[in-house]
Amino acid sequence: MESVSRASEPAADIRDIVDEVVSEVAPGKGALIPVLQGVQSRIGYLPREAMERIARRTGAPAARVFGVATFYSQFRLAPVGKHVIKVCHGTACHVQGAGAVTDAICLELGVEPGGTTDDGKFTVESVACLGCCSLAPVMMIEEDTFGRLTPDEARKIVREYGD
Amino acid sequence: MADATPQARVTIGLSSCGVAAGAADVMGAFEAELGTRSLDVELRRTGCIGMCYNEPIVDVETPELGKLTYGGVEPGQVPRIIEEHIVGGKPVDDLLVRAEGRDLPDESYYSRQVRLVLANAGVIDPESIDEYIAAGGYEALARVLTEMSPDTVVEEIKASGLRGRGGAGFPTGMKWDLAKKQPGDLKYMIVNADEGDPGAFMDRSILEGDPHAVLEGLTIGAYSIGASEGYVYVRAEYPLAVKRLRIAIADSEERGFLGDDILGSGFGFRIHIKEGAGAFVCGEETALIASIEGQRGMPRLRPPYPSVKGLWGKPTNNNNVETYANVPWIIRNGAAAYAAMGTETSKGTKVFALAGKIVRGGLVEVPMGISLREVIYDIGGGVPEGRSFKAVQMGGPSGGCIPEEHIDIRVDYESVTKTGAIMGSGGMVVMDDTTCMVDIARFFLAFTQDESCGKCTFCRVGTKRMLEILERICAGEGREGDIELLEELGQKIVSSSLCGLGQSAPNPVLTTIKYFRDEYEAHISEKRCPALACKALITYEIDPDKCTGCTLCARVCPVSAATGAKREVHTIDKDLCTKCDACRRACKFDAIVVK
Repeated sequence: MESVSRASEPAADIRDIVDEVVSEVAPGKGALIPVLQGVQSRIGYLPREAMERIARRTGAPAARVFGVATFYSQFRLAPVGKHVIKVCHGTACHVQGAGAVTDAICLELGVEPGGTTDDGKFTVESVACLGCCSLAPVMMIEEDTFGRLTPDEARKIVREYGD
Repeated sequence: MADATPQARVTIGLSSCGVAAGAADVMGAFEAELGTRSLDVELRRTGCIGMCYNEPIVDVETPELGKLTYGGVEPGQVPRIIEEHIVGGKPVDDLLVRAEGRDLPDESYYSRQVRLVLANAGVIDPESIDEYIAAGGYEALARVLTEMSPDTVVEEIKASGLRGRGGAGFPTGMKWDLAKKQPGDLKYMIVNADEGDPGAFMDRSILEGDPHAVLEGLTIGAYSIGASEGYVYVRAEYPLAVKRLRIAIADSEERGFLGDDILGSGFGFRIHIKEGAGAFVCGEETALIASIEGQRGMPRLRPPYPSVKGLWGKPTNNNNVETYANVPWIIRNGAAAYAAMGTETSKGTKVFALAGKIVRGGLVEVPMGISLREVIYDIGGGVPEGRSFKAVQMGGPSGGCIPEEHIDIRVDYESVTKTGAIMGSGGMVVMDDTTCMVDIARFFLAFTQDESCGKCTFCRVGTKRMLEILERICAGEGREGDIELLEELGQKIVSSSLCGLGQSAPNPVLTTIKYFRDEYEAHISEKRCPALACKALITYEIDPDKCTGCTLCARVCPVSAATGAKREVHTIDKDLCTKCDACRRACKFDAIVVK
């Protein structure tokens, strides 16, 4: 965690994004999670300044905003690669060899699970269940789903992705 | 302008599974091909057809041949289907999996099923309210609002015997009654669409295939308890379900099935969608409520139950997706018809997501009381590749593994609970002799440990300690007394946790110890993994009698552990080998042996 400093004004673009999202999301009860989701979908993650701005605009204490952001696994507090590879580690995928798929992809990209490649192109994540169990093992890159994977196929898909 | 009957009606399964298997490309191929011809073909999409093992699936209906179903369709095969079947009038036999009037092998997948909740899924276009209405949709709501009082509705649901399909099986009628009896003008209805059990996709398929059924059931429930607002809490990982729900809600409002004055009855109800943010514990109803309120999803003490004091302190009824989807059928056909199916205590049907080591995995709906054997063997086709059945996991991380000795139990709440597992939400993962049960216990505990909200010491710390013990065992560092320690810890965590997550997290460990103690003992005393799965306990070797020196293994080995000269027997350096399995997969001579 970076050293604690006084909350300074966020960069203009972050400020504008937060303000836009806050005004779009129906004001009212329980808006914090949709606001965090909206901000993350625009920036790619939740920078500290964004969360502090959200606290200012919604009236929620910053501690609560941080508490919610760190509780839910969807929220990222650090930037991710251009493409996030989500390898499913649900029960069916686990039984059908998801571990070998993750190992193969990590080997191909030279990262640990959860890590991002040096060139910033890929982040590899293990997720709990994508709900495509009949096609196990499965991975998703952005909106694309790939099923019935073998480790070699997974490596090929990753090698050729985004070209 | 469409005329009486098109020459053919082509329907493609386009839910998440179908799309993942390539169905969108198949749809694209049909659009492209049909665009170059002047044929009168209606091309439409539908939700999950259920035969997930055969995706992508294409239904072709013609007046002459009736409805035929093709499976495993690739875009390249589309011109053939059009030419031979639609134009030529002859089925493409090598792709055919189902045909009206013909007893093809895949027919047995359906013959034991009773598709009640899934009646529309895979048949109608889930984004068309007109198709829902044509299939009898919103008749139940109309009947309720014009002929039935809230009391009558609750009595009908009670009489049907419907029990919550989210896993706990609480009688639905009784739950609605509790909320109904609460005073106050402001009450809430919630649909729990968090479906967090890994390996379960029933709710996703229902929401993607027939969202209106859920909305209709929810609205009927709202009328009965006196709620004016509803929330569908959908997990973030289901974007297609969210999209189809939004469309359904908008269409429903436009037609007057939702809003301030539904069908002119004076009853008003509005539905909002809340997306989850990735927390398994939010499937627990009080954590879910906290999440809707914008807080950390940490469960609360019950009583008070949500029926009395729930969302924002108001009386709230929370039910699972599948539970609500049963309601329109019950209202249309009557409680007696529903109660005629199933067993004495478990009425109706249950949707299961059959996956894992199974020949025919997919979404099935069966009457309560069917035997596990029938589901796994008759419907699922048994275990593939000639391997043997070892266990079936039911109930996700809260459930347990049921071994061969109980394969003939009836699938109903009480019978399943007696084995140590739970009915759960419907995930059924089949395992064979290559699955290590200690690893499975470790897998589930790693999951629940990660998802524990942290509030209760026994859950937070206890699951961590149990996980550490299991990891040691799988790494070959198991000790005498570990099994007893796991049992003791497990029992204490169950009794000292506030919510269902902690109360059930030890179940997979306790059931695998109960039924597969010998595997634990092999890991601990002999440092041996009977299923040859735990990497720390296996070695890869080359059989000198079979090795031809083709060098393939050396070429694929990522750490250069497999070496040898051309045409000479190769060897594997055990110190370098990471057991990634690449050599065994590559070897064409079966020369790689795992011990």
